Amino acid sequence: MSKRLAAIVSAGLSKFGKRDGLYARELFAEASRECFEDSRNLRPSRDIEALYVGQMCESYEHQAHMAPLMSDWAGLGHIPAVRVENACSSSGCALRCGIMAIMSGMHDVVMVGGVEKMTHLSTQKNVEYLAMASDFQFEQRNGMNFPALYALMAVAHMHKHGTTEKQMAMVAVKNHKNGALNPKAHMQKEITLENVLSSKPVAWPLKLYDCSLITDGASCMILTKPSIAKKFTDDPVYVTGSAQANDKLNLFERDDLTSIKATQLASRKAYKMAGVRPSGIDLAEVHDCFTIAEIIAYEDLGFCKKGDGGRLIEQDETSLQGRIPVNTSGGLKSKGHPVGATGVAQACEVYYQLTGRAGKRQIPDAKVGLTHNIGGSGATAVVNIYSKR
Amino acid sequence: MTTQPQNQDLFQRDTKGKVVPTIENFYRFCAEKKLMGVKCGKCNAVFAIPRTVCPKCHSAGMEWVQLKGTGKLLSYSIVYVSTPEFQGQTPYTVGIVELDEGARLSGIVRNVNNDDLRIGMNLVVDFEDTTSQEWPQWPRYFFRNP
Repeated sequence: MSKRLAAIVSAGLSKFGKRDGLYARELFAEASRECFEDSRNLRPSRDIEALYVGQMCESYEHQAHMAPLMSDWAGLGHIPAVRVENACSSSGCALRCGIMAIMSGMHDVVMVGGVEKMTHLSTQKNVEYLAMASDFQFEQRNGMNFPALYALMAVAHMHKHGTTEKQMAMVAVKNHKNGALNPKAHMQKEITLENVLSSKPVAWPLKLYDCSLITDGASCMILTKPSIAKKFTDDPVYVTGSAQANDKLNLFERDDLTSIKATQLASRKAYKMAGVRPSGIDLAEVHDCFTIAEIIAYEDLGFCKKGDGGRLIEQDETSLQGRIPVNTSGGLKSKGHPVGATGVAQACEVYYQLTGRAGKRQIPDAKVGLTHNIGGSGATAVVNIYSKR
Repeated sequence: MTTQPQNQDLFQRDTKGKVVPTIENFYRFCAEKKLMGVKCGKCNAVFAIPRTVCPKCHSAGMEWVQLKGTGKLLSYSIVYVSTPEFQGQTPYTVGIVELDEGARLSGIVRNVNNDDLRIGMNLVVDFEDTTSQEWPQWPRYFFRNP
């Protein structure tokens, strides 16, 4: 049996979507209330010793110093609270801060979470704020933004491996099919290949339906020292592998445009820690900020050979019925991508799946899950592995 | 120092009068229509964007080197939805170019028809006459057909 790094005893998500009239703190309060109700015996103000909360961009609400605000609105009193910012991997990194706090022995019970309020601003403003996660001096100033950066990877992948726009569209169709079964998802509706292929161009070859959603949402979970987990739930899930790797912020200076090296490095470490191979993963939540990102993730995480990602989706291997179901929640594509909330929201889905509470999208007998959270165009990658045992 | 800047007052210099390898100075060279990269005096690594410390060997001996400004297109995209700053230019083409010296750079590609874009095509670096709207009013480089 692999070593248990930390236990997840409870999780909560706000409804993801266009949450008019609600701001980050209100969304976080909604998620935290669900999280508190999910655990027996948890008295938040007595038990929770620290909060690590991911949030990307203070410009959205002209609000820095988010952590004490989130802590206050969750009713956590005077505990140390820290905001973690690593672009779209902010709460993936916050989750790792929680894991490390438990492993260090400093804390026995911590809360981790994430939040982003985005939909009150225009698409252009969102493109600008999200682009802040790329290099201002050399990428943003010279016309880059996130759809463009992932499009550069897509074109390189198409050229080198023969990946097609249709294969990318299949990722969107699959994830919307899953999201239609998730009551928390932003867009709970199925779409067709034709919808994707005929949608408006954003950054060729990426079209509107290749892009994840601009979403409001919050996520959180309670982590404990493994030995006390059963005090809070009969059904804990254990983190058995956790790794982060980074790379140059600039896409153009990286060795290979067709893969994300940080994912390869982080996943290798996490698999080794958990004592599991890619074939031992029952389901995965991967960072599908754009459809090409999911195809590249298949390859970098070892679900298929390098260059075979397009064929993996084409052969239906990653659907709910497939060999390795990916993004059962609907992913960033359909559940939505409130950037700061995403990393922990992915972990919430794996927690629900491993505890048999994923409703109509439940993977039967799921025992081992993986999450993969990317910051920017791949300068940060966080990979965590979870197990029921 | 191989290059004598014409606009001497604007460059940041060290105490010996040498132009320091900073980002501001990179863009000031762009105003003089020069693509200046840096080369590590210790390990000879070349970068298209200036650094004060070599990321490969951690030496501080980074020296300016003028790049030829010729290279090959590694990947490209046509941008339809942009940040507000580039809204007036959509749709525009962006690319990543590997320069002949081995260093890479990304930026806007001008005056190439969409149908003519090919990975591996030759491009050259050129410079805008106008400055960007935001501080500190630096001109941009871009790529075009040779």
